[in-house]
Amino acid sequence: MTNILVHIELTENGAPRSTSAHLLAMAAPLGTPVAVAASKSGNSEALVSRLSALGAAEVFIAESPEAGTHVAACAVAALASAMAHYTPGAVLASNSAVCREVIGRLAMRTDSPVILEALQIEQRAGQLVASHSVFGGDYVTESSIGSGVPLVTVGSTGAHPLDPVLDAVSHVVSLEVSTAASAVVESSSPRVANSARPELRGAKIVVSGGRGVASKDNFVLVEELADALGAGLGASRAAVDSGYVEQNHQVGQTGVSVSPDLYIAVGISGAIQHLAGMQTAKRIVAINKDADAPIFDVADFGIVGDLFAIVPALKEAIAERNSVTAGV
Amino acid sequence: MKIAVLIKQVPDTYTERHLRANGWADRDASERVTDEITERALEVALKQKDADKGVEITVVTMGPGTATEALRKALSMGADKAIHVQDDSLAGSDALMTARALAASLADAGPDLVIAGNESTDGRGGVVPAMVAEALNLPFLGPLDSVDVAGGSVRGERSDADGTTVLRAATPAVISVSEAVGEARFPKFKGILGAKRKPLAVHGAKDLGFAGADHAVGNLVLSASRRPARTAGTKIVDDGQAAGALAAYLVAEKLI
Repeated sequence: MTNILVHIELTENGAPRSTSAHLLAMAAPLGTPVAVAASKSGNSEALVSRLSALGAAEVFIAESPEAGTHVAACAVAALASAMAHYTPGAVLASNSAVCREVIGRLAMRTDSPVILEALQIEQRAGQLVASHSVFGGDYVTESSIGSGVPLVTVGSTGAHPLDPVLDAVSHVVSLEVSTAASAVVESSSPRVANSARPELRGAKIVVSGGRGVASKDNFVLVEELADALGAGLGASRAAVDSGYVEQNHQVGQTGVSVSPDLYIAVGISGAIQHLAGMQTAKRIVAINKDADAPIFDVADFGIVGDLFAIVPALKEAIAERNSVTAGV
Repeated sequence: MKIAVLIKQVPDTYTERHLRANGWADRDASERVTDEITERALEVALKQKDADKGVEITVVTMGPGTATEALRKALSMGADKAIHVQDDSLAGSDALMTARALAASLADAGPDLVIAGNESTDGRGGVVPAMVAEALNLPFLGPLDSVDVAGGSVRGERSDADGTTVLRAATPAVISVSEAVGEARFPKFKGILGAKRKPLAVHGAKDLGFAGADHAVGNLVLSASRRPARTAGTKIVDDGQAAGALAAYLVAEKLI
């Protein structure tokens, strides 16, 4: 069976990033999933066991001392080396900032075609075919490549994780990486995340607030509703620009695109650029005081009214239901 | 210092956008605008020029004849000259071919800094800036929320869901910027008049060494179909009971 290389991004402390499980699960139906990581030395044994626990059949680790300070350069070198070793059918990576650099550089260096922002990937008549959502979900496209090894950035999340592999084959090599044309990571500060709250991108439910929330203090209402539902926290560009919430919560054309089972828009009018980031949600709920707000045109359930009355009442109704289900 | 800024003309996100059956953007179906993020990239360069008159800004785009509009606008905002990579044989280029052509068009100018947007609103692939860096054998930093150029180096902050990273590289370098770098200025009347006299060079595929580029080996769109539009469902006016009705709906639909 053909090998599918999966680029594994590492956190500050050398663990696979949360996107790894999804990528390995995307790779498995296409061939043998081979996890590839660039790491500082001394971390490889732990890394092999963590990646086999995520279902990697093989693990290829390129150790280099600069792996923490020249992240992309070391990852490109690791993948180029793994491509030579495995002659794979494809290389998969996430669509993070670093992965976009890694895939872009690797494509140019190895003269390999790219497939960008793939949602689903399948083998069809010996050809790798990926699906994409274009123009904010207005169109669905399928793409493939003419020849060579496709380098794929994956834009989807949430595939069912693979079963652990007990005895993953491991290859640990040491690589000398040229860092002459590479930016250096001066410092990193991990986000102090609300650990109970799911990440926006993969969340099954997303609760977003917009301009109608009217202040940073009021935005707590949106956060509380999100937490009551175990939802990811989103926001419109207007809310971000007004400083109600940090930029990494922005949903829309120029932010994160989400496709949750349920999207609740609170005080969001529904500008076309916001819809471009959430209109592929399975169900949309909108709460807005303006009956003519365009968000209602796409909402499965809309309430025209005062969010400051409705959101607390909704939170209460959910809490009541949860206590009933929990048998309290 | 010489700065090159990558500009892209895109279908306006304020209008309805369409794809042709071959997956190409239908450029006649919507208003054409300069992608806002590339205007913000230009603004980063213009701020350098505000502080140091010795800065020379070249704006570069690849696209059909109409993309000249985006270059003229960039010149009216304050860029000094423009390069338009334009050739019928380059239509249908994928990200890799586009990056090769852009890099080739920049090679002679030898910029100290290349600034791009993080991703275009029509493609959203976000790989072209790094590809250009690789083709020019330069460091890449991005997408940056803030940019600091001083003493032969460029430095900036990149943030994502996992946290914040400070990156630095010696120039020459390629950077991409996020929309957090701030809004772009509007062209002034004087700038609009002056833009007509600024130099705009057209580079064809042959000039760049890509005559007869074979798009069939790259990324190809197999099909493009329009997703059915969403329709409005229940809409109620709150009479004090709406929250309860919504909770009941969420339970009935097994959403919570």
